[in-house]
Amino acid sequence: MQTSTQPRFGTEELSVFYGTNEAVKKINMEFPEKSVTALIGPSGCGKSTFLRSLNRMNDEIASARVAGRIWMDGQDLNDKNTDAVTLRQKIGMVWQRPNPFYKSIYENIAFGPRYHGTRGKKQLDEIVEQSLRRAALWDEVKDRLKESALSLSGGQQQRLCIARALSVSPQILLLDEPASALDPVSTGKVEELIIELKKDLRIVIVTHNMQQAARVSDSTAYFYLGNLIEHDDTTKLFSNPSNQMTQEYIMGRFG
Amino acid sequence: MENTKPASRGFARHRREDLIGKTYTYLCVLMLIVVIVSIVYFVASKGLATFTKDGVSLAEFLFGRNWNPTGDTPSFGALPFIAGSFVVSMLAALIAGPLSICAALFMTEIVPGKGKRILQPAIELLSGIPSVVYGFIGLTVLIPFISSLTGGTSVGYGVGAGALVLSIMILPTITSIAADALTSLPRGMREASYALGATRWQTIYRVVLPTLAPSLWTGIILGIARAFGEALAVQMVIGNAPFLPTSLVQSASTLTSVITLNMSNTVTGTVQNNVLWSMALMLLFMTFVFIIAVRLLQRRNKL
Amino acid sequence: MNAKTADKLATGIIVFFAVLIVAILAGLLGIILFRGIAQIDWHFLTSPSQNMKAGGGIGPQLFNSLFLLVLTMIITIPIGLGGGIYMAEYAREGKITAFIRLVVEVLSSFPSIVVGLFGLLLFVNTFDLGYSLLSGAIALAIFNLPLMVRITEQSFRAVPREQKEAGLALGLSKWKIITSILLPVALPSLITGTILAAGRVFGEAAALLFTSGMTTPPLDFTDWNPLHPRSPINPLRPAETLAVHIWKLNSEGVVPDAKQVAAGASAVLVIMVLLFNLVARWFGRFVYRKITASKRME
Repeated sequence: MQTSTQPRFGTEELSVFYGTNEAVKKINMEFPEKSVTALIGPSGCGKSTFLRSLNRMNDEIASARVAGRIWMDGQDLNDKNTDAVTLRQKIGMVWQRPNPFYKSIYENIAFGPRYHGTRGKKQLDEIVEQSLRRAALWDEVKDRLKESALSLSGGQQQRLCIARALSVSPQILLLDEPASALDPVSTGKVEELIIELKKDLRIVIVTHNMQQAARVSDSTAYFYLGNLIEHDDTTKLFSNPSNQMTQEYIMGRFG
Repeated sequence: MENTKPASRGFARHRREDLIGKTYTYLCVLMLIVVIVSIVYFVASKGLATFTKDGVSLAEFLFGRNWNPTGDTPSFGALPFIAGSFVVSMLAALIAGPLSICAALFMTEIVPGKGKRILQPAIELLSGIPSVVYGFIGLTVLIPFISSLTGGTSVGYGVGAGALVLSIMILPTITSIAADALTSLPRGMREASYALGATRWQTIYRVVLPTLAPSLWTGIILGIARAFGEALAVQMVIGNAPFLPTSLVQSASTLTSVITLNMSNTVTGTVQNNVLWSMALMLLFMTFVFIIAVRLLQRRNKL
Repeated sequence: MNAKTADKLATGIIVFFAVLIVAILAGLLGIILFRGIAQIDWHFLTSPSQNMKAGGGIGPQLFNSLFLLVLTMIITIPIGLGGGIYMAEYAREGKITAFIRLVVEVLSSFPSIVVGLFGLLLFVNTFDLGYSLLSGAIALAIFNLPLMVRITEQSFRAVPREQKEAGLALGLSKWKIITSILLPVALPSLITGTILAAGRVFGEAAALLFTSGMTTPPLDFTDWNPLHPRSPINPLRPAETLAVHIWKLNSEGVVPDAKQVAAGASAVLVIMVLLFNLVARWFGRFVYRKITASKRME
């Protein structure tokens, strides 16, 4: 059932409906390995909805329906026979507002791996340290792992959430405006982290911030009213977009 | 689809867990449904036996004024109790309604913030006092007081005392619904009225109250529903005579008070006992009537 | 009357009524506590009640009320929790959910005396449990269930949606997310609500008259074998609770000091309910602090 147009990781004719309203319209997109893809566009353009459908978060919303295919290593993630719970493990996600579990810092990271079968204390300790190191948080929290995650600052909490996503070794990381609720210093840290992480991961990031998209991404996609208007190398898209609408948006004529 | 079987242990595990969760929660919900169906079924089967098995006519039960279940020619007119229940709960709502709406206005319009900090806990405490305690206070404080008001011509028992006690008991119900409704009102609505030069009272009277009328009625109906089903507090102060209430200070009865007093003094299966179940069925029936009324009001609210 | 005067008058009336309500509450509490506290001493709280002569206490009734509350909660909490979790996490808006919502609403509106009668019919007579703690606990559980469902649903709905999504993104099962991630967040308000509901159960009498009964056998507080008829924790013995005792003293009490005992018992009942209120608020906050900011967890 594999077709030649099928991407390693990407979407084919992906649409999302809320009731009868088509919020995302037949998107074909590929997310290359070891690179950051930024999704930009005005509020309500469907970029977040699109991102959330990639790991079937929309399953939980009763009125939402997703049509089309999401390819990952030859498997259609949107197929009704595909087990959403298992696939989500391979796709990490980080949200706009930090949402650490109401547990200790250690537990926030160890919870996922333990659930998936890692039981040994030593292995778990290792995963916790590794994940926190990759999220550039280890040095700040290594002496207070037993403290509540909610005692961390907002920026630390967000990096903890990234570490938590990394704890189950995902192949893809979805970031939904991960820095929009953070101060400039924390934002800088998160951006550095994204550039560091793409060495081993595919990263898809939704952002409202043009500069941020320009700083961290390799390719950028412009969404408008549920349509994918243009997807190109970030430098190309920002300096010389081929579509008039993209240019207008980037020049700041829209939202 | 050979692609879609990552036969890891996690696969089986999350399926199993979700099955457990679903089974457990669905069973709980099923339990709720079973409970409600069996309450209606059992009470109805007993309550209807009065008419189907014992041959008491429904008309006599609903409209008969004569309650004499143990006489030589027994009669089962429950009208005095039905009327007692309606009169006492309507009166209670008549007292508690305006009081509660004033309390809600005080908390949200007159002294917002501070008023709420004082009145809210007071209302919560009132709702926390057990009904037998209300009955006891009514019996030992209110009844002698009412009696002295009548100059000793009455002992004090009656629908008047019942309504007073119930009005305090349903005050929290109506107040909290009214206060919720008032808080949910968009600010702009009031400001538009003030901008036109209306006083606060004019704003409340012409804009706020009419807009919230369905919610306020919802509160009042729920208050009546609670009063209608309340048993012990009323029973302790109403006097328990099987007569139509013709005066506020004359001993009377309600459906609940008759059931309370006679259920353990009658033999199961006899008509004297079954007719009490008919009254319980009447209480159930009224519960549904109140809920339908509230639903209709809510529908109006949405328009 | 001009608009200004009307405004002043209306404001005056509203303030008057508000003050009146507070005064009524103060008066009620004053009367209950003032008349009751004089009766309360160790003897009153621990010795058995008298049937004919003065000087009885409320020991067994107080024990019955507390033990019945425990039994009721053992039945209510698991079922109410399940029902509430269903409403918050599994129910999808539609006809079935609307129907279940209606069921909960109707159940919570049933007069408690009717629930008691149902208990009499089904548990006391049909299942032959007799007037017993168990019959009473089941009746009270039915009476309390809709509230428990609502408390649970509200507590779970108040958990930020992102908590659930974070669990989903880690590949956890929905049930694991509910029990391990959402439950700890919902716990503080769950506990507060449950204790408040317990206060309501504690003062309930109408549902108990015909289920747990109006008598208590002489209890042997040294015998804790639940199978013995005189054991305080035998679930199949009749048990008059504090609230039922107050009612009985007033409607058919023959002891000469019925009014005094009732006053003392009322004060104890009200103090207990106040305690439930205070503890609910305090404990909820305590658990919240414990979960969100404690130094050590696990």
